[in-house]
Amino acid sequence: MTRRPAGEVRRDVPGGPTLVRGAASYTDEQGVVHPVTRPVVAVCRCGASQRQPWCDGVHKLLGRRAT
Amino acid sequence: MTPPEPRGPLSALLLRTLSGVPGELTAQDRAGLEAAAEAACAAADPVADEDLQLSLWVLYELHYRGFATVDDRWEWHPGLLAVRQQLEQAFETFLRERTREQVARASEAARSDLPGALFALAESDDGPSVSGYARSRMTREQWDELLLLRAVSQLKEADPHSFAVPRLQRAAKVHLVEILYDEYGAGRPERQHAVLYADAMRASGLDPADGGYVDRAPAVVLAASNVVSTFALHRRLRAAAAGHFAMVETTSSLPSKGYVGAAQRLGLPEQAWAYFDEHVEADAVHEQVAIRDLCGALVAREPAELESVVFGMAAGLYLEGRVGSHLLERWHRGESALRGPVAAGLQEPA
Ligand code: FES
Ligand SMILES: [Fe+2]
Ligand SMILES: [Fe+2]
Repeated sequence: MTRRPAGEVRRDVPGGPTLVRGAASYTDEQGVVHPVTRPVVAVCRCGASQRQPWCDGVHKLLGRRAT
Repeated sequence: MTPPEPRGPLSALLLRTLSGVPGELTAQDRAGLEAAAEAACAAADPVADEDLQLSLWVLYELHYRGFATVDDRWEWHPGLLAVRQQLEQAFETFLRERTREQVARASEAARSDLPGALFALAESDDGPSVSGYARSRMTREQWDELLLLRAVSQLKEADPHSFAVPRLQRAAKVHLVEILYDEYGAGRPERQHAVLYADAMRASGLDPADGGYVDRAPAVVLAASNVVSTFALHRRLRAAAAGHFAMVETTSSLPSKGYVGAAQRLGLPEQAWAYFDEHVEADAVHEQVAIRDLCGALVAREPAELESVVFGMAAGLYLEGRVGSHLLERWHRGESALRGPVAAGLQEPA
């Protein structure tokens, strides 16, 4: 479990990424630290993004194919 | 910016008026302007009416960057506001008619699942894909045309939607500002999206400072830009502004990838595609915040605004669809998507 700075808020959205607010950086599962430059970032949860660790919207295509 | 060239009787009269002094506009001048506006509003398709959309664009531009040769006091001149209202009314009425059934259907779905219905509405849009074309077939000339036409909106990216900020309350305001902060570079002036867009133009050999791109933009392109001001400048339409913003955000991430691919295939330098590259990542965040948090908070606080949110998104999709059709029709025919030289444009009846 990565240590989260006070004030960081995470929220999984249905069928989409994890929204992270108030982070200075994001540490992925391999322990690589990614700097955060936005007020909110979207971390990929579907595994299909070509911009790991960030969501690139591709999860929407997966959902479309699945249904 | 220099004022654009007129495209018909109303824009000719309007631009002539703007070259004068606000205090000298007589009652007779005002009546003349209103009569010309009324004639323009009779257009069967106001979205494609060059004279109407250019006039509206000029009137809105007074609220943004203004024109070097135009007295800034015109911005709040009642005579011009009256004309603006006439044009806005024709435009809004047309958009409501065009989207009525779609809005009714999507609003029904949105009452039980607002984010789901908004995502579905945007994804149901089966209009032609400019970005798909860009990735595989776009020529270098067409890249330049795309950049010139999108300059109408992107060189003031986020500015029109910002007018909605004081018109929203509490959480909806917070989430709009959260996205806008990112649009304006998240504290880094050189990362402002409008600045990245100007960089992309320069890297493609185009001059963003030369407002001449407005003269090259057909009515549908101006309409797609104008609609944001129509929504965001009216508190009555604040929810439509939010819905439109959600439309912009949720139709950007995947297409932006296509434009990055196009630029790379065409051998353009990184600065030419950095704007689109930024939007792949930024708008994957923005679409979630805009749909779930901004629109979600707005409707939670003001349930009566649900249909207006949906209307804003549907109207935006309709107009972007018109732009996409225009581009692809012209390009498939091997023609330019830009408006021809002004002299030829004036010969087209308004
Ligand atoms: S969650 Fe969006 S691309 Fe994976
Ligand atoms: Fe942007
Ligand atoms: Fe955005």
